[in-house]
Amino acid sequence: MDFPTHLRIQNLSVSYGDHLALKDVSLDVPDKKITVIIGPSGCGKTTLLKSLNRLLDSVDGVKIRGNIFVDDEDIYDPRVEVTHIRKKMGLLSQKPQVLPMSVFDNIAYGPKIHGTSDRKKLSRIVERELRAAGLWDEVKDRLHEPASQLSVGQQQRLCLARGLAVEPEIILGDEPTSALDPQSSRIVEQRLIELKSDYTVIVVTHILRQGRRIADYLAFLYLGELVEHGPAEEVFAHPKDPRTRAYLTGEIS
Amino acid sequence: MTLNKRKTEERIFKFLMMASTVIVTGSLLVIIGTIVVKSLPALRLTMLTQTPKGGYYLGKEGGILNAIVGSLYLASGATLLAVLVSLPIVLYLNLYTKKASALATFTRFSLDVLWGIPSIVYGAFGFIVMMTLGLRASLLAGIFIVGLLELPIMARAMDEVIRLIPQALIDASYSLGATKLETALKVIVKQSLPGILTAVLIAFGRGIGDAASVIFTAGFTDSIPTSLLQPAATLPLAIFYQLGSPLLEVQQRAYASAAILTLIILAISLISRVLIKKFTRHTIR
Amino acid sequence: MRHLKDLIARRAMFLLTAVPGFLVLSMLFGLLQKSRAILALKSFSGLLFGSGWHPLKGEFGFLPFLMGTLWVTLVAMVLAVPISLLTAVYLSEYAPKFIREFTKPVIDLLAGIPSVVYGVWGVLMIVPFVGKVLAPLFGVYSSGYSVLSGGIVLAIMVFPTIIHVALEVFSSVSHELRETSLSLGATKWETVKYVVLRKGLQGIIAAVVLGLSRAFGETMAVLMVVGNVAKIPKSVFDPAYPLPALIANNYGEMMSVPLYDSALMLAALVLLLVVLVFNLGARFVLMKAERRAE
Repeated sequence: MDFPTHLRIQNLSVSYGDHLALKDVSLDVPDKKITVIIGPSGCGKTTLLKSLNRLLDSVDGVKIRGNIFVDDEDIYDPRVEVTHIRKKMGLLSQKPQVLPMSVFDNIAYGPKIHGTSDRKKLSRIVERELRAAGLWDEVKDRLHEPASQLSVGQQQRLCLARGLAVEPEIILGDEPTSALDPQSSRIVEQRLIELKSDYTVIVVTHILRQGRRIADYLAFLYLGELVEHGPAEEVFAHPKDPRTRAYLTGEIS
Repeated sequence: MTLNKRKTEERIFKFLMMASTVIVTGSLLVIIGTIVVKSLPALRLTMLTQTPKGGYYLGKEGGILNAIVGSLYLASGATLLAVLVSLPIVLYLNLYTKKASALATFTRFSLDVLWGIPSIVYGAFGFIVMMTLGLRASLLAGIFIVGLLELPIMARAMDEVIRLIPQALIDASYSLGATKLETALKVIVKQSLPGILTAVLIAFGRGIGDAASVIFTAGFTDSIPTSLLQPAATLPLAIFYQLGSPLLEVQQRAYASAAILTLIILAISLISRVLIKKFTRHTIR
Repeated sequence: MRHLKDLIARRAMFLLTAVPGFLVLSMLFGLLQKSRAILALKSFSGLLFGSGWHPLKGEFGFLPFLMGTLWVTLVAMVLAVPISLLTAVYLSEYAPKFIREFTKPVIDLLAGIPSVVYGVWGVLMIVPFVGKVLAPLFGVYSSGYSVLSGGIVLAIMVFPTIIHVALEVFSSVSHELRETSLSLGATKWETVKYVVLRKGLQGIIAAVVLGLSRAFGETMAVLMVVGNVAKIPKSVFDPAYPLPALIANNYGEMMSVPLYDSALMLAALVLLLVVLVFNLGARFVLMKAERRAE
């Protein structure tokens, strides 16, 4: 491969009972770029994303084969500490998932769990992350109110900030703008683009235009199969596989 | 906290959770086990086939046929009464009223309230009604009160299943020209039959096992009732009175009676499980 | 013809639908009506907080019975709440599928066992255990027929109530929210402790209150193991005489002693009101929690 990577997926297959959700997927994810995984709904995008931080483990009847390496460590090795893997990856869900606590505690949740108990230090982290998310001015007077009282757009930015507070290496976005209005979506997209200077970003989406706006690297998933992947401009301009072409022109959705 | 401490905390709590689950499930096994083992010395076929000889309190011979039959009469009558009242209510709530209408909200709320009222209060209420009407403790009075006791249990359980019927199915019936009544009987009742039957069985189980509501209302007797106006013995009360006897043999008969009642409850629960399995194959999901 | 039938059925159903509401009101009204005789002669607070119970002398103080009920209920809840909640957490968050499938019917059965059977079991097992094992262990004498025995039996009886409601509450907490906490590096237990339990707090309170009101009104099982001595218990090894037991035990005598029936009906009314308030409170909290979840 001609780009640096520290997240490698090798021959990953996932099945739920009899249903094969992912078939032999191999993908190297480029560092400090936005990799967008596109594909029609039900193609296994979310499954792929959740296999990366082992959230699939808790699903009943799931079988996972293959390897995923983060920094050359196989995350499915039984000796690996799963909280450690998850801490490395911040997840942004489809709908903003604010924890049932205050704005402040939402951001402080991760750091607290990982051992930061000093109140001053936590305050610094909270302010830093909220400022970085451009939320500080909007919420600085409401830090101790329930986070559920923020607008949906603010909630999603809060969730992103919360994910960054545990200092991850990789950011996973599972259709992160699907519940947002167009303007909030733009803010979140903009934020993701800013973040790629420091983080490796993987975003799953079924909105093609979003892919065009933010993707550096593109992977097309169809019926659990990784059909095609490559630099975004290349794939968008000259898709090699007929299925990718059909999807990009809107024939399959 | 270090990762090790966090993991230890989780391990401790997981142990406590498993221990709790063992306590909960284990208590059922221990209860049934104890009752069965203790009942063995007194458990004879005559328990099932004879009425008490020498009085339920001191008699060591005979059986509890009076209580078994009494309980079956009482619970069957009460369950029938409860079905006749609760099924129309539930159909009316789901078919004729809007979900948020005042009547529906108030009725569901009343059912919730009734559901929470202890059976001894039903008994006391039954006693007042009987006094007012000049009735004596009888099978009829027992059926009436236990029927009311079963009403909220049955209605709530039925409401839960009937609420799940897709509106599209109801609309489809209307669009074929069926009236609401026809839709109610032919579509809704048929579609949710297993759920309805389960509700009936649950209520029957509660009815046959309840003692506090029948103390005042059904009375107790050593013979099998031949009319609705005679008092009737019931299994729970038979157990209660036998246990109060100073004679060891009679106390053992209480254990045996408890085992019989438990077996009846187990059988009801088993039947309802089988019913659900069997019927759900024929309903549209 | 078909439409006439429909009309008649509609009217009949409408009338029946009034039954539950009517029943609640007539219970309240009926018990109140019967209690009037004693309320006309004595003050309500005097009855509630009087500690002398001598029906033949016309003295009716409910305090020993109220305290008996409170003690037994309290002991039951202290035992039942942690065990039920831990079980519910285990079943909803940790247990493998086969354990969940085995446990569900067991809990349903536990809910279905008649209260006299619990009573018999209590007499056979819990009473001797308390009297011969626990009491000597603490250096006190107890016949075994005690607050503690009542509490233990009652605790087992309310397991299913609390577990059922708690499981429903936990299942209303979204999977995504759990994943959010996990993906921040929290352990499963931390996720339960900080997210699931907190999100479900109102529902859990409702579950506990529903269990409490079930325990409060339970009659037969408690009556059989609690000793029924009309004195305020001083320790959990003392016997007690809860309110429902008072009503159930005395229907024979109550007709022959003046005011006795009125006093017992007042007891039933108090029981009804307390349970009513508990239930309404719990329903209200649950409804609010549901609305918030949406």
